[in-house]
Amino acid sequence: MSDVALRGAVELGLVYGLVAVGLFLSYRILNLADLTVDGSFTLGAASSIMLTAAGMPWLGILAAVLTGAAAGFVTAFLQTKLKIQSILAGILTMTALYSINLRVMGGKASVNAINLTTVFSFFKDTFGDFGKLLLIGIFLAVVLAALVLFLNTQLGLSVRATGDNENMVRSSSINGNFTKTLGLVVANAMVGLSGGVLAQYQQSADAGMGIGVVVIGLASLIIGEVIFGNLLYFLCKRRTMLTGVISAVCGSILYRIIIGLVLQYNTLPALKFLNITTSDMKLLSSVIVVIAISYPVARDAVKLRGQKRKLKQTDGGKENG
Amino acid sequence: MLELRELCKTFYAGTVNERKAIDHVNLTVPEGEFITLIGGNGAGKSTLLKLISGSYLPDSGSVTLSGKDVTYLPEHKRARNIGHLFQDPLMGTAPSMTIEENLSLAYLRGTHRSLAPATSRKNAAFFREKLRELDLGLEDRLKTRVGLLSGGQRQAITLLMATISTPKLLLLDEHTAALDPATADKVLALTRKIVRENTITTLMITHNIQSALDCGDRTLMMQQGKIILDLSGKERERMTVEKLLELFRQKSGEQLDNDRMLLS
Repeated sequence: MSDVALRGAVELGLVYGLVAVGLFLSYRILNLADLTVDGSFTLGAASSIMLTAAGMPWLGILAAVLTGAAAGFVTAFLQTKLKIQSILAGILTMTALYSINLRVMGGKASVNAINLTTVFSFFKDTFGDFGKLLLIGIFLAVVLAALVLFLNTQLGLSVRATGDNENMVRSSSINGNFTKTLGLVVANAMVGLSGGVLAQYQQSADAGMGIGVVVIGLASLIIGEVIFGNLLYFLCKRRTMLTGVISAVCGSILYRIIIGLVLQYNTLPALKFLNITTSDMKLLSSVIVVIAISYPVARDAVKLRGQKRKLKQTDGGKENG
Repeated sequence: MLELRELCKTFYAGTVNERKAIDHVNLTVPEGEFITLIGGNGAGKSTLLKLISGSYLPDSGSVTLSGKDVTYLPEHKRARNIGHLFQDPLMGTAPSMTIEENLSLAYLRGTHRSLAPATSRKNAAFFREKLRELDLGLEDRLKTRVGLLSGGQRQAITLLMATISTPKLLLLDEHTAALDPATADKVLALTRKIVRENTITTLMITHNIQSALDCGDRTLMMQQGKIILDLSGKERERMTVEKLLELFRQKSGEQLDNDRMLLS
């Protein structure tokens, strides 16, 4: 992998890392499968690109955060007040957002902001090749620090407890609906920011860019937990909010590097017959998530089979004896 | 202190499964009284506690706590003044959070959750003190995840959480029934100690008639959603398990599920 390709992968990994961290909050901490993400990601990108085209890139980033947060609020409202199941609530918001995103983009399926000033322009001019990476790094560091600090406040602790044991949360006089809403709003604000930064990074946004983002985010989160989460646990002997967030981001970077490598080597004889292209990455993401989530079940099934066979053998031995 | 007026709750109203769980219950509990509640399965004991805590809302009637009508107040708002323990020791604690974090959440009960740090050294010292009183060796394990503890330890922590900022009312729904006998005795002894030291008004459901008579100041017996027996004072002091079972037969015309009650 060339330096440029590697840097590109790390940049993308960091941008999508915000999605992975958002899912860390909604999926891991709140224990909700929040499908709003596919919509709020595009919404953030659409808001960001439109304001960039209008010459206000920084306002675009702010708008991406706020619109993402609003999308999260709608899903939370459907779930907590209207009692719609969490998955369906996310699907409803996501589907509704598809129409809204097109409206935000002025009815066009894709919008470009090529050669316009973006938030990256200044950094690219000042710091050269590493300018983009620097800005993305700053975004990520600020957001992650704020999130980790928040999760260790009294309010943050209430949010964490909500996903863990809702009954206990109520009996500690915490409004579980409020903490759930807060969690979904923050998670989708991060996803919106990710979409907003990506749109300016690639100087374009299109209505389909959010498809599968939730699965990509989950895959990154899981890769991160398995590899970096365990590594960090081995190093510091405990799991904290900080190690969780860091492993999610590292997982996202690794995911992008894997994709880069697969695309680079897809002409090798061993892989050529598969004819892998970028569009196959969503399939790969789904497979990763399926394997990672079903792994404990498969492992236990294999173990149980071994035990059964062993029992059968010893029983058979007795009968024969 | 606690006042129930003509409280009614019917489940599956209008269907063939319609069941009157609570049927015009009236009850006045003076401040600091420790009541034990007995009765067969489906008598309405748990439902009564849930109506008081707000997990269920009644069809009619009213619940008044310290002179304030709380009949339709949401559960999390009522929880500021009410501690509620269940039979399942897993229900009261958040497993993936540490003992310290669980206690911190409970300690903040009734206050507004702010952006201040969730844990502090000062609180940790206080929690350690409180854990030492449990005498389960948990005082040095503040950073341990609650999910790693045994059922008895978790129930003891739940008890501590429910009482760490003293509630006006403590509801105990067979909170020792899922524990092994030795642990159950220990948790019950702890309960009595904490309730006595803080003079908390308490309602405790138990299937053990002996401990229903041993604990507290007053014993209520429920049957088909009604309170059919209300024992206190001298009458209660002279009561034995056998006499109580006999009384139950007379009052309800039914045999009490006494095997389970006597053996548990």
